[in-house]
Amino acid sequence: MSTTTETSQQSPRPQRSAASGNTLKAGQLPSWSRAATLAGSLAVSAVIFLVAGWNWVPVLLVAALLFLVAHSAWTFAVEGRRHGQDAFWGTVVWMAFLLALIPLVSIVWTVVANGAPTLVRPGFLTHDMAGVTGVQDRLAQRGGDLAGGIQHALVGSLLITLAATVISVPIGLLTSIWLVEYSRGSWLSRTITFLVDVMTGIPSIVAGLFAAGIMMVFFEWQSGGISGGRQTMGITAAIALSVLMIPVVVRTTEEMLRVVPNELREASYALGIRKWRTIFKVVIPTAISGIASGVTLAIARVIGETAPILVTAGVATGTNWNLFHGWMMTLPVYIYRQLVNPTAPAAPDPSTARAWGAALVLIIVVMGLNLLARVIARRFAPKTLGR
Amino acid sequence: MSKRIQAKDVNVYYGDFLAVEGVNIEIEPRTVTAFIGPSGCGKTTFLRTINRMHEVIPGAHVKGEVLLDNDNIYESGVDPVNVRGLVGMVFQRPNPFPTMSIRDNVLAGYKINGRRLSSRAADELVEKSLTGANLWKEVKDRLDQPGSGLSGGQQQRLCIARTIAVEPEVILMDEPCSALDPISTLAIEDLIEELKEQYTVVIVTHNMQQAARVSDRTGFFNIAGTGKPGHLIEYDDTEKIFSNPSNKQTEDYVSGRFG
Repeated sequence: MSTTTETSQQSPRPQRSAASGNTLKAGQLPSWSRAATLAGSLAVSAVIFLVAGWNWVPVLLVAALLFLVAHSAWTFAVEGRRHGQDAFWGTVVWMAFLLALIPLVSIVWTVVANGAPTLVRPGFLTHDMAGVTGVQDRLAQRGGDLAGGIQHALVGSLLITLAATVISVPIGLLTSIWLVEYSRGSWLSRTITFLVDVMTGIPSIVAGLFAAGIMMVFFEWQSGGISGGRQTMGITAAIALSVLMIPVVVRTTEEMLRVVPNELREASYALGIRKWRTIFKVVIPTAISGIASGVTLAIARVIGETAPILVTAGVATGTNWNLFHGWMMTLPVYIYRQLVNPTAPAAPDPSTARAWGAALVLIIVVMGLNLLARVIARRFAPKTLGR
Repeated sequence: MSKRIQAKDVNVYYGDFLAVEGVNIEIEPRTVTAFIGPSGCGKTTFLRTINRMHEVIPGAHVKGEVLLDNDNIYESGVDPVNVRGLVGMVFQRPNPFPTMSIRDNVLAGYKINGRRLSSRAADELVEKSLTGANLWKEVKDRLDQPGSGLSGGQQQRLCIARTIAVEPEVILMDEPCSALDPISTLAIEDLIEELKEQYTVVIVTHNMQQAARVSDRTGFFNIAGTGKPGHLIEYDDTEKIFSNPSNKQTEDYVSGRFG
């Protein structure tokens, strides 16, 4: 090794600053340097594109790249190699974060901007599409009032999702209890875990076809072999959704139950408490916050499903409160129908507006469920763990 | 209350692995017995066979007889849950139930088991058990607060209160002070002294001074090497074990020559 290598930037020691007496102190950028670099890169980029033709997107992209290079180089020059690398990767991480945020913000912004005017119309939440015809939509396109609403879709979505939850939560919860507490790693438990993982990846349309098929088989068997055809109704859709929900519930609950320390189970056994009581009074209460938020997130995931509902509950224009009879509308299917088959094909704007309004309602419901999951998680969390 | 414990040719297994071999021991009621020995020698494993907690671990099983007075707890047809109701256990790390208040922790053995108590009986039981665990004065004004908010030593005494609330015959303690500071340790040791008046107490400890301080009889476990089963080398009055042991290994261990 030559002496030049030793004195180069590779040296782990900070460079001594001649000005100050502190030998541990290396060079330091002034606190305004980052802001200055950012402003400078924006200005340079703006100037380039003022000459070459203005466009927002390339201006920001070029400014970001300029900032990345300038900021890292400046830090490298003044503060040394390690700080320079830190500045470079730190900036890359921030840019990735901002990039990831763009679609999210854009979606929320577009849906709110387009959907809010429809949502605030009186009757949008309390009317369904029964009796709404192309005549009214043609009037609305020329400036009349928007007719119809999403009551039937909202009712359908909530009822079907509720039924799916009622079906999936007990099955999923009991499955995971068996997996964690009783299976003791047998081949059956490994098989179930594997099948649950496979189920997580099932395309949702397959779940819909499965539900439609199983209801046909069930009714044919019940009526003594006479085929009743497709059983299009809310409960069929709920079965389809629960096929999608069960694996999610099993997986999240399983994780949560495994996190509960074994010490608590042993403490309970040592008091002469039976296993099933230990599970229901000690293990599940300790894990309940995680289980509840897992279930809520599973609901949020299936409430936006379109394809499986289209083949199981069909479409409807009127409000149907009966899960066991007749076709049912849901929000995603409503959005799809309004866009693809406008009520008045020659005047599609009112239908598009209704679709945006329904999309906004769907997003609000999903966000509400996510918030609810957080509240539940906080409310039920064991108090002051640790000291 | 309090029963005699007798082990006859007890072999303890984890799956195919023989962890403790050929233990014969007789523990008198209303005494404190300490198990000492180097790490991994099977003290805790043997302790957990006395209330059938050992078999909670998948694959773990026991051969031989363990008698409580004259009943073999390993006879087929014996419900381990009943055994555990008679033989309580306090663990190495304080483990109060995090979702329950101090009061509910004490009543856990009753409430979770679905036994009903009038609120007066429950109040009395809570006070009696917490007093018995020397904790009543410290927590009587905050019985509805979570048990996990107490200090480590208080949590451990809460666990003892929870154990004596179900009125067992025998109390097993698995290194109950190893996670505690000297002052909390002293509080627990004083408590063990009092518990002995009503219960048969068996304690596993790494701390030989503690064994000398609290126990009447001491059992020394040792292991010939890793992978070999642990044995009960010597079991005698505590005084004799620490002053004049009859076995060379015991003497080496208590005099600090190994372990």
